[in-house]
Amino acid sequence: MINLSLKSLNQGLLEKKFSSVELTQFFLERVQKYNTDINAFITIDEEKSLAQAKHADTLIQSGKQSLLTGIPVAQKDIFCAAGWRTTCGSLMLDNFIAPYNATVIDKFNQVGAVNLGKTNMDEFAMGSSNETSYYGPVKNPWNHDLVPGGSSGGSAAAIAARLAPAATGTDTGGSIRQPASLCGFSGLKPTYGLVSRFGMIAFASSLDQAGPMAPSAEDCAVLLNVMAGHDEKDSTSINHDKEDYLVNLDQSVKGLRIGVPKEFFEEGLDGQVQQVIEDALNTYKKMGAELIDISLPNTHLAIPVYYVIAPAEASSNLSRYDGVRYGYRAKEYDDLMDMYFKTRQQGFGEEVKRRILIGTYVLSAGYYDAYYLKAQKIRQLISNDFKKAFQQCDVIMGPSAPSVAFKANEKKSDPLAMYLQDIYTISTNLAGLPGMSIPAGMVNNLPVGLQLIGNYFKESQMLNVAHAFQQETDWHQKVPKGVI
Amino acid sequence: MSINQKDIQKIAHLARINVSEEESRILETKLGSIMTMIDKMQEVNTDNVEPMSHALEVTQPLREDVVTEKDIRSNALELAPEVEQSTFIVPQVIE
Repeated sequence: MINLSLKSLNQGLLEKKFSSVELTQFFLERVQKYNTDINAFITIDEEKSLAQAKHADTLIQSGKQSLLTGIPVAQKDIFCAAGWRTTCGSLMLDNFIAPYNATVIDKFNQVGAVNLGKTNMDEFAMGSSNETSYYGPVKNPWNHDLVPGGSSGGSAAAIAARLAPAATGTDTGGSIRQPASLCGFSGLKPTYGLVSRFGMIAFASSLDQAGPMAPSAEDCAVLLNVMAGHDEKDSTSINHDKEDYLVNLDQSVKGLRIGVPKEFFEEGLDGQVQQVIEDALNTYKKMGAELIDISLPNTHLAIPVYYVIAPAEASSNLSRYDGVRYGYRAKEYDDLMDMYFKTRQQGFGEEVKRRILIGTYVLSAGYYDAYYLKAQKIRQLISNDFKKAFQQCDVIMGPSAPSVAFKANEKKSDPLAMYLQDIYTISTNLAGLPGMSIPAGMVNNLPVGLQLIGNYFKESQMLNVAHAFQQETDWHQKVPKGVI
Repeated sequence: MSINQKDIQKIAHLARINVSEEESRILETKLGSIMTMIDKMQEVNTDNVEPMSHALEVTQPLREDVVTEKDIRSNALELAPEVEQSTFIVPQVIE
């Protein structure tokens, strides 16, 4: 059961090779065994998971199953799941039991998938190494001295160590793709608005998007089929025709025009990572695709723009944590103001406070035009770069991250160095485009991710292009030593 | 653009976060370097560029004003740090 695709797991359930209860038990045992060390999960609730598995078995028994029925999926602890503790990696929500389901959770429940547990993450999804979590860092299963990436680091480590067959993540500036790259599996950030944000704890609302994380592109397609869809409860959800992301998987990539942006191969990219990416591009060429040199001239502005827009939105979104209605409240205080100040001083970690303060600064009187408005204008320029590029090509490819996984504590005290981890992923969030990372090779026995950027709502095509690569190569099937 | 101690005290107040003197000293360096990085934006000419607030050209949808959610009042109150007679309790604000 440990290294089977979601389709194979479905087959196994249908052929009664194992039940959902057995499958869930199997993964729960793996979590029990390895989580003390890897720290991929914040909350495990065997009773709840097994109750869902039992229900799934009755669905399968009565022939009411779909592809994901009875299959355990690890959920990033950013999604509210009714009755489950939902912390968002923060002391601020340490005691928060979600009273309702995020739409994403609802959708998994509707098809009878099993919630395997809530995965560790950077606090409020702010980080690229999973080191800002109140619940401690997550270890990269490929090498325990290294970080798994972030912010969806718990989901990433869970997939890499095969503690779960699939997981969810969220991506505001690269939080699905960078950990997918550092841990060696497939992860997709859909077009902004394709997956509902309802019940997904907000960080930067104009950038946040949920997506699937799993070993292969085919697995991601299975998950996206469940996750995508218009939701009236999310005013930014797009009313896009429902697609079946599995139907185009096997199409040929002959004649596919791949845009290769020169800005993604300049200073800052590790030489060995670059070699892996170039080899992957050549594989596509051999498969009949055409490589086209393109330019995204405003790439170097993506990080400055992001660190205005994301903190600005975060400072607004996180103003709700005031110690009044839910979450943490300081133990001692003099009056209401003092309660707010101490609650937020104690309840938030360092990185979260830094971003709230930056956001407050750039939105404060006198600075709005110079920072927030300026950033929104450059965001437009970045978006225009992509519009121009997609006139020349069907999909854009480059590295997902500038390096392989790095050492714990290496960048923790240097925010600017940490922010550079997302240099190739952030611009797609700013433009609202879908982006994906798939395993493309190894450097010193550590995985390297190839990034695919598609045009709006071209997830089906991206999954097809990724799947084609995974028919030619087996990087996505590689697992860390000792895992199997 | 550098950030000084006075700026930090001001924004910390706006954000309702206590910042100790030591924290403030550390923040001065770290926020300062982040703002320097952000200032790269100022080199770009953005005359006649429309600000972008949303990735796709969409308008705010409207729906009928009807109740769609079930009553979770008691669940919600259970989550509060302090509750009395179905209301959230905060330190006294009116004499």
